[in-house]
Amino acid sequence: MSVLVVVECAEGEVKKSSLEVATYGARVAAMLGTTATAIAVGEATEASLAKLGEQGITKVLYDAEPRLKDFVNNAYTKLIATAAEQEGVQVLVLANSNIGASVGSRLSVRLKASLATNVVELPKTDGGQFVVKRGAFSGKAFSDVVLSGDRKIVAVKKNSLEARHEAGKTAEVVAFAAQLTDADFADAPKQVVMQEQTGGVLLPEAALVVSGGRGMKGPENWHLIEELAQALHAGTACSKPVSDVDWRPHHEHVGQTGITISPNLYIACGISGAIQHLAGVNSSKVIVVINKDPEAPFFKAADYGIVGDVFDVLPKLTAAVKELN
Amino acid sequence: MKFLVCISNVPDTTTKISFTPDNKEFNKAGVQFVINPWDEYALTRAIELKEANAGSTVTVLNVGEADTEPNIRKALAIGADDAIRVNAAPQDAFFVAEQIAAVAKDGGYDVILMGKESIDYNGFQVHGMVGELLGIPTVAPAMKLDLAGTTATLEREIEGGKEIVEVSTPFVASCQQPMCEPRIPNMRGIMTARTKPLKVVPPVGDPARTQVAEFALPPKKQGVKLIDAANAGELIKLLRNEAKVI
Repeated sequence: MSVLVVVECAEGEVKKSSLEVATYGARVAAMLGTTATAIAVGEATEASLAKLGEQGITKVLYDAEPRLKDFVNNAYTKLIATAAEQEGVQVLVLANSNIGASVGSRLSVRLKASLATNVVELPKTDGGQFVVKRGAFSGKAFSDVVLSGDRKIVAVKKNSLEARHEAGKTAEVVAFAAQLTDADFADAPKQVVMQEQTGGVLLPEAALVVSGGRGMKGPENWHLIEELAQALHAGTACSKPVSDVDWRPHHEHVGQTGITISPNLYIACGISGAIQHLAGVNSSKVIVVINKDPEAPFFKAADYGIVGDVFDVLPKLTAAVKELN
Repeated sequence: MKFLVCISNVPDTTTKISFTPDNKEFNKAGVQFVINPWDEYALTRAIELKEANAGSTVTVLNVGEADTEPNIRKALAIGADDAIRVNAAPQDAFFVAEQIAAVAKDGGYDVILMGKESIDYNGFQVHGMVGELLGIPTVAPAMKLDLAGTTATLEREIEGGKEIVEVSTPFVASCQQPMCEPRIPNMRGIMTARTKPLKVVPPVGDPARTQVAEFALPPKKQGVKLIDAANAGELIKLLRNEAKVI
């Protein structure tokens, strides 16, 4: 019996969301009186994997097959399933990311496991049950879900818990070979295209997000959003009407049918706060709304607000951040 | 080419969410139900591809009780050819996936499409479960889908970018923006939808693997703290010293 954590890596490093997932897995292992092993996917260095000890991982399995650098659904599923069988897994933990959801759902069938995605808290294990809290109704509610299978898979929502960093602790990195064949790579990507991100911060991973709506009046004004985001080291986002008219690319659209995010801070600039937009961002820990319309519905969901013109307010905020830094 | 499009019946996107007094179930009273917005991308793209590939058909599948039929008819009005309703309330993602896989196996479908997730339970699970149950590739979430013979080229969203993936039929894809512009039914479609076949079949498969113990609403916000626009920089100090988020 063990806890297995899937850690996603890119350009040699473990992703921030996977450090959170590793922390989650280690804490579940402690609750169950066992240890947490990780299986790494993507491109990782041995040093970055060993550092997972800081999150409480004791052992990291890593298959250095070069074709695993980019996401391949079948190959990743087989790799993780093989590791799960080898480790006699009881609980498998992964990120609620596009990779996590893609392999998690296939793994739940292959391993005959109960699966919960969008999980926001550590499980409750009272009375022999395994109950997780997850987001539902596009962030408008939560549900406590009982995972009744002998095996459980938990996909943890980003920014739901802070990654632990116990300096100096290291994990043992162990070579792992899942005996993958060419057939396992039949759905390998033909091409991977990375989009430019403001300040190099990926929106789905961002702890801080600055977002703009139609109140920004046009794409030529987006430098005001980007300047504040860069000063804060934040990701940038936009509302649906903005991506619909191509002021900003689709991958920045947050909302009910866009990306759902849960950063520590969400700054909404010139966004009125339609219920569909709120659904994508209302699990942010702190919401700031800047809008010249004092009746904008978003103020009802905000923690802090400024009634004012974004073109006047944003430069002042950027200057204040620079001063603070 | 035979397309199977799976649709969910979900509360309208503007619905204020509430639950029954014991918090065990969603309170449906007075709520308008619609086709899951993510599924509309799958449905419209399937119809576009049907129109581009002569002799193709689009079948709509819903796992739900009789009250979902208005939205199944709406999907037929948008352009699907026929529909199947698995007569059961959806229990969990695995239960739904088993129903879809059973229908797909019997029907010999080439392309199985659905939305990325439903806007009520937000599982983002069914696509992978169906693919695994059928032993065929899954591409999720897909932003673009083109077909040339039995080869499909898809753009799959990854964090920070996209992958271009090629798969052969049969396969499963879950769809999202900007795959297409969802269509709305026209009067002719609404009239013809009334006579299109809608088959009702019993559920199959195993018990659900997850159970909802309780629903809860998020804690109420304390209320907004307003900062004078003339002194906007004060906000940054509050975010550092009071909210401690920067």
